[in-house]
Amino acid sequence: MKTFLTMKQLGAGLLGRGGRWLALAACGLFLASCGEEPAKTPGGAAAEAGGGAKKKQIVVGFSQIGAESGWRTANTESIQSEAKKRGIKLLFSDAQGKQENQINALRSFIAQGVDVIAFSPVIVSGWEPVLQEIKKAGIPVVLTDRAVDAKDDTLYATFIGSDFIEEGHRAGEWLAKATGGKAVIAELVGTPGAAPAIDRKKGFEEVLAKNPGMKIIKSQSGDFNRTKGKEVMEAFLKSPEAKQITALYAHNDDMALGAIQAIEEAGLKPGKDIVVVSIDGVRGAFQAMADGKLNCTVECNPLIGPQLFDAVEALLAKKTLPKRTGVMESVYEQSQAKEALPNRKY
Amino acid sequence: MRPERFQNRPVRWWSGLEWPVAGLALLLLFNLTFTPGFFHLELRNGHLYGSLVDIINRGSPVVILGLGMTLVIATGGVDLSVGAVMAIAGTVAAQLILRPGFSFPALILASLAVGTLAGCWNGFLVTWLRVQPLVATLVLMVGGRGIAQLLTNGQQIYFEDARLVFVGNGHLLGLPFPVLLSLALLGLTALLTRRTALGLFIESVGDNPRASEFAGVSTRTVKFVVYAFSGFCAGLAGLIDTSNIKSVDANKIGLTLELDAILAVVVGGTALTGGRFSLLGTVVGALFIRTLTTTMYAWNVKSDVAPVPKALAIIAVCLLQSPAFRRRLAAFRRASPS
Repeated sequence: MKTFLTMKQLGAGLLGRGGRWLALAACGLFLASCGEEPAKTPGGAAAEAGGGAKKKQIVVGFSQIGAESGWRTANTESIQSEAKKRGIKLLFSDAQGKQENQINALRSFIAQGVDVIAFSPVIVSGWEPVLQEIKKAGIPVVLTDRAVDAKDDTLYATFIGSDFIEEGHRAGEWLAKATGGKAVIAELVGTPGAAPAIDRKKGFEEVLAKNPGMKIIKSQSGDFNRTKGKEVMEAFLKSPEAKQITALYAHNDDMALGAIQAIEEAGLKPGKDIVVVSIDGVRGAFQAMADGKLNCTVECNPLIGPQLFDAVEALLAKKTLPKRTGVMESVYEQSQAKEALPNRKY
Repeated sequence: MRPERFQNRPVRWWSGLEWPVAGLALLLLFNLTFTPGFFHLELRNGHLYGSLVDIINRGSPVVILGLGMTLVIATGGVDLSVGAVMAIAGTVAAQLILRPGFSFPALILASLAVGTLAGCWNGFLVTWLRVQPLVATLVLMVGGRGIAQLLTNGQQIYFEDARLVFVGNGHLLGLPFPVLLSLALLGLTALLTRRTALGLFIESVGDNPRASEFAGVSTRTVKFVVYAFSGFCAGLAGLIDTSNIKSVDANKIGLTLELDAILAVVVGGTALTGGRFSLLGTVVGALFIRTLTTTMYAWNVKSDVAPVPKALAIIAVCLLQSPAFRRRLAAFRRASPS
């Protein structure tokens, strides 16, 4: 399946705008290759049988941001496996972290006449034109995991995802409790312009406003990945203020894991000399907590497949959904890490 | 040393290097004056520690990519695929390290070989199929990441093997190991291109392929070799980057690093049109770019605006390098007093 996606992007890259035709052709191939699959699975067979009585199989187009972290991979898997289980045909497209790829994918979903379009927007802005096109085509839109910045909220049916501001709150509150409200904090921000980066910062800062003993002295983007997280933390630790830093707040686990390496290389003990709190709750973070290097991770649950397809089925049954659907989440500390580690799916 | 031999040669080894060096020196001077602690160096855990060490350490993948890129650009080509090839080589290394009993030297050889093979593929497209280098290497740039993702199944791979971790994190003689690797590669490349006829062949192919062909230089072989070498360099850089974070993420590793490498070559004074090249210039260019990034971190410049001052500094250096611009500037200065 990935090969076809790659071909599609390759086509788009080679031929620019004209590449869209090639991309469509590649999508056709991709369709052909996926078409047989549901029939093989028991769920698919059931859907086909049921489909005979009702009408055709449900087709959902899903545009994923990319595979930038273990979290994202788990998110993708949850959606793909749930679609298979329910016999829903899923047209999956990987945007490789680029908004233009995602817009192209959404347009090709319109051209293919899917029943529902779902996507995790790369950044919050710039979606109105393509969402208008989708609305004109009469296709309902479900946003997953990240929101868009659109004035007209009739452009999408519902948003299923975590409340990033709440995650920022939780991280801040945990840190306030753990440090007794006194901390000099270095912050690793996510990709500039991304909803989780904006909201996790906002939520965290709201807690700081209530705790005058806590302040952020360094804040810089680590682009949600390990390499940049490590690189930026290295720079933080070489600044004249480095000795004051007592805590690190990272907007995701991957950046925290990179930063932990940088802290160790500076001859300090992550988790002790510098308290580290991050968000997501990926497996690697639980391992780091079990090793005593990470102090706390605020869970951001990626396993939204079941909720997503519940929403899809409800929409096709012409039900209206609340504009926002939350996801089940909790906060984990070192003491719980060893126990929880074997059960982590992502 | 032997002035009589070089009397008729207007080109010295440092010629053309003055502008990139001046740019780097200015930037360092700025930091010396305005960034406290930028030049602070100390021994920590038995190795050098400080911002300057970070610059040469984090800059070494770009130096390594830049060395390969310099030779490719000298033949009048370009290699856009190096970032993606890094991802493939890194993935291969991470996959093999998880196989118990797989010999470590074989692993290093395998991932370097994969990089070289990717380079050979580019060389094949450019020389035998005569595809434009920009298009030929774009194929792997886009497709390469797909290959790397197929190898990992879209998953991140973590590893803790001390030998592989050493490649990107180890220290020798107080210096980070990647720095020593890039120095060794610089020495080797300089030796091969400046002490054998290879460098001359590369420059002549870039200057005038037809004339070189008539003079008996096999344009094809020369071009093929430089693309293969660039692939090898990308393989090495991929190993370093993967080892550095003890994990591989096919989507992120080496992303947009091909642009940094091209930039390093251009800032270093090698013309994109091919012909004469400067390896040391590329190294200075790579360090210049890295110093800029580190300066942005030190000044806490927000990442969304950081590209602007970076771009301005790079444009300034490129303009200074352009003889046409310098001529105009001189003419302007001469004209203005009167």
